[in-house]
Amino acid sequence: MLLTIKYFGLIAEVTQKSEETLEFSGKHISELLTLLYAKYEALKTKDFQVAQNQELVATDALVSGQEIALLPPFAGG
Amino acid sequence: METKKPKNVFHEGAITSDFIGNSIYKHQTKINIGAHNIFLGQVRADEIDGKTVSAIEYTAYEDMANQKFHDIREAAFEKFDLTCMHIYHSLGTVKAGEICLFVFVSSPRRKVVFQALEYIVEAIKADVPVFGKEIFEDDSHQWKVNN
Repeated sequence: MLLTIKYFGLIAEVTQKSEETLEFSGKHISELLTLLYAKYEALKTKDFQVAQNQELVATDALVSGQEIALLPPFAGG
Repeated sequence: METKKPKNVFHEGAITSDFIGNSIYKHQTKINIGAHNIFLGQVRADEIDGKTVSAIEYTAYEDMANQKFHDIREAAFEKFDLTCMHIYHSLGTVKAGEICLFVFVSSPRRKVVFQALEYIVEAIKADVPVFGKEIFEDDSHQWKVNN
């Protein structure tokens, strides 16, 4: 399936882009992360959460949505 | 009546005293209100490793953030007897000393607004995907983390 991956803050600095589309044939978020770690090695050392269709998900969650976001620690307020 | 649709909480740049004052003024027609409470988040000129923060540049996952602000708002109305509630958060550059978050709650009674405001501000800090790049005076930066 075709996924839109969004990057924010420190994570966007690592990937050098704010979003991209990726063809993904796996099932779980963890497999998607493996793919992203291969592409952006520095991501491995960064702290972030994953949102799928704008809801935070665990790494063992199934990839079901089209929009995935990598969110570094929040700093609102 | 309160709308159920998420609205845009974000405000480009700093939130000015005029904007805040005008917001208070607009509530003077609502004579069922007995107490307001206001939280203002202000950018602090922290000193980190000998360098001073001169501004914070805010970005957000805007669609998700507006939905989270909406959820917080709905939960607050559910939990507390509020008449009104407004949240404004800056995007873009806010200099040290300027306001980046304005939360305004109103109720017939004072005890309600004290509790509601704390609940709302803590929820914003924990749940809303907003990111802050702390810019130092020498133009270097680091990413802020809420604690």
